[in-house]
Amino acid sequence: MQVASMYFKERAHTKLHDVQLQASLAKFQGKFVPARKSAITELDDFEATRDAAAEIRQRALDDLDVWLTIFDENARARGATVLYAQTPAEINALVLEIARRHGVRKIIKSKSMVSEESGLDHAIEAAGLTVVETDLGEYILQINNYEPPSHIIGPALHKSREEVSDLFAARHGTPRKDAIDELCLEARGVLREHYLAADMGISGGNFFVAETGSVVLVTNEGNATLTTTLPKVHVAISGIEKIVPTLDDVATLMRLLPRSATGQSVSNYVDILTGIKGADEFHGAEHMYFIVVDSGRSAVLGSDVRQALRCIRCGACMNHCPVYQNVGGHAYGWVYPGPIGSVLTPMYVGLEKALDLPYASTMCNQCGVVCPVKIPLPDLQRKLREKEFERNLRPWHERFGLKAWGWLAAHPALYGFVSRIGVRLLHALGDRNGMIHRLPLGGGWTDERDMPAPAGRTFRELYNASVAGRAAR
Amino acid sequence: MRVGFFVTCLVDLMRPSIGFAALKLLESGGADVYVPPGQTCCGQPCYNSGDRADTIALAQKVIAEFEDCDYLVAPSGSCSGMIRTHYGELFADDLAWSARAARLAAKTHELTDFLVNVLKVDRLPGTYRGTVTYHDSCAGLREMGVKTQPRALLGMMDGVRLSEMADSEVCCGFGGTFAVKLGEISSRIADNKCQHIVTSGAEAVVLGDLGCMLNIEGRLRRRGDATKVLHVAEVLAGVMPEGA
Repeated sequence: MQVASMYFKERAHTKLHDVQLQASLAKFQGKFVPARKSAITELDDFEATRDAAAEIRQRALDDLDVWLTIFDENARARGATVLYAQTPAEINALVLEIARRHGVRKIIKSKSMVSEESGLDHAIEAAGLTVVETDLGEYILQINNYEPPSHIIGPALHKSREEVSDLFAARHGTPRKDAIDELCLEARGVLREHYLAADMGISGGNFFVAETGSVVLVTNEGNATLTTTLPKVHVAISGIEKIVPTLDDVATLMRLLPRSATGQSVSNYVDILTGIKGADEFHGAEHMYFIVVDSGRSAVLGSDVRQALRCIRCGACMNHCPVYQNVGGHAYGWVYPGPIGSVLTPMYVGLEKALDLPYASTMCNQCGVVCPVKIPLPDLQRKLREKEFERNLRPWHERFGLKAWGWLAAHPALYGFVSRIGVRLLHALGDRNGMIHRLPLGGGWTDERDMPAPAGRTFRELYNASVAGRAAR
Repeated sequence: MRVGFFVTCLVDLMRPSIGFAALKLLESGGADVYVPPGQTCCGQPCYNSGDRADTIALAQKVIAEFEDCDYLVAPSGSCSGMIRTHYGELFADDLAWSARAARLAAKTHELTDFLVNVLKVDRLPGTYRGTVTYHDSCAGLREMGVKTQPRALLGMMDGVRLSEMADSEVCCGFGGTFAVKLGEISSRIADNKCQHIVTSGAEAVVLGDLGCMLNIEGRLRRRGDATKVLHVAEVLAGVMPEGA
């Protein structure tokens, strides 16, 4: 996918003034946040479960090479083929190679954010094959000229029902429908034909289970079940970090994933797919491939933001982020929006291509508090800010201002002198209510806010005067 | 009990009344307050902008200034949170400073937490009459566990009625330099907060961090709204800023 993360500020500006988007965001906010809040109370000890989940994910990452090897052996033992992609381009090349080997013409696909990283659908179409997205959100985006997803679990939640009604009528050539269940039924009818005609199904992978060589898929629509069992070839694509050691570990993570994501106790469908269809089995693919993707992940593993790889893609961080809630996912300019995207995007596409993202945060830490695997997201964003500072990637006036403040604050006498002048000057800029309407060089603040003017004397000078006064008496 | 009072740079520069209100509360609660004369900034602006070297220098300054006190108290969840939850990480490779940072962290408190849990005050020097709503500032809430303390203190005041706003725990959009760097998003988040404040029907919004106060007050005034914005110390001590 094309990277537009350099323009976060400009894109956010557009999104803040997009009336339709703002209406969709308002609706979305009232849904996932309260739903999660009530769902986590179903667990006897939510915080202890979070600790356990974080420990499971960290344990997998600490010995990732070992777990990958075990996964690889167990998957092969069940007749699957395990392939590795170092880069996004390699993902696409492997998929096309598999398609050629099996004479595939038509591919159906359930949701895979990793395949968004590589622009897989475009590569498939460029090779002359057909691909159909089956997740309802992804399908809506695909028929709208491949609009990018705006959320990792609800890719089309920026779209209103009215927009979808118009889109379906135009693309399907059917009478316009208003009710959501009618729209779902229409999509279901269209997609059913594709399921039956496809030669290959591509899925993502919520987890790769080392002890069994399985892939776990978590959905609400059941589309992943059809995608992975009807066609003769199934290809599961996911990152190296999605390994978990055991099925017991999956059970623990599954107590948190749907609850943190949509506020459901359990999602409608959970598929655990292990190996190819056996001689005495009725369902399943005849050929099963895993594409295990690095694409920047091993670099994250070796960095000081490695905890980001614990992520189980629930979306709670973005659901609860005041920045995401107001600008939506497209502003972030790549596959992963919100707080986790602000860490992963710079690591995957290059910090110099996403300078604003580590700063797209008030550091309120609501994301860190809700994260089911306890990723300290603001701390990781700060680590990236440190890298920007060290690599001289920040504008000169910002660096100068910071250095000046740091230096001044380390010299108390001079600080006292300069601050006494400063507060008097700024005090004079205030109106009779003590508000500054326009701050020179501070337009970021005063364009849409006043700045309360300083009282005019510093605490230090007033306090010293009062101490001196007391001593004199 | 020797209590080192960390006034914080924002209170020092912008609104000294908060500092004097806090002093009054600490002294009336029986604390022997010491105000280190050369104190400036905890280093958070540098820390959150990736300037680690300057952060470390300022952290060492704060540690040296306050480590001989029995406690460090600040009228801010953000600055006390910086000292309590982040100083340790700065000195991960330096055993001596790491130990000093940890010792100071353990005795660092946000003002209302200190009044309730250490001084255990049961009466307050101030009087206030009116309906207020309380905004939970992020660092106070999520780093320092400040939630019930200010409400308990406000509850001791006869004239105060608390009317909770919706989403009181959601960020006001300040975020330090975020408010300038991404000012448009910051203003929008602040506007949502202001809407909840207005809907609460309170005549004053009370909170414990001056950064959030400047943001909320600035946005309220630009909206043409006169709701008072007061620091919890000002209310509890009955020390109002000039002009309020």
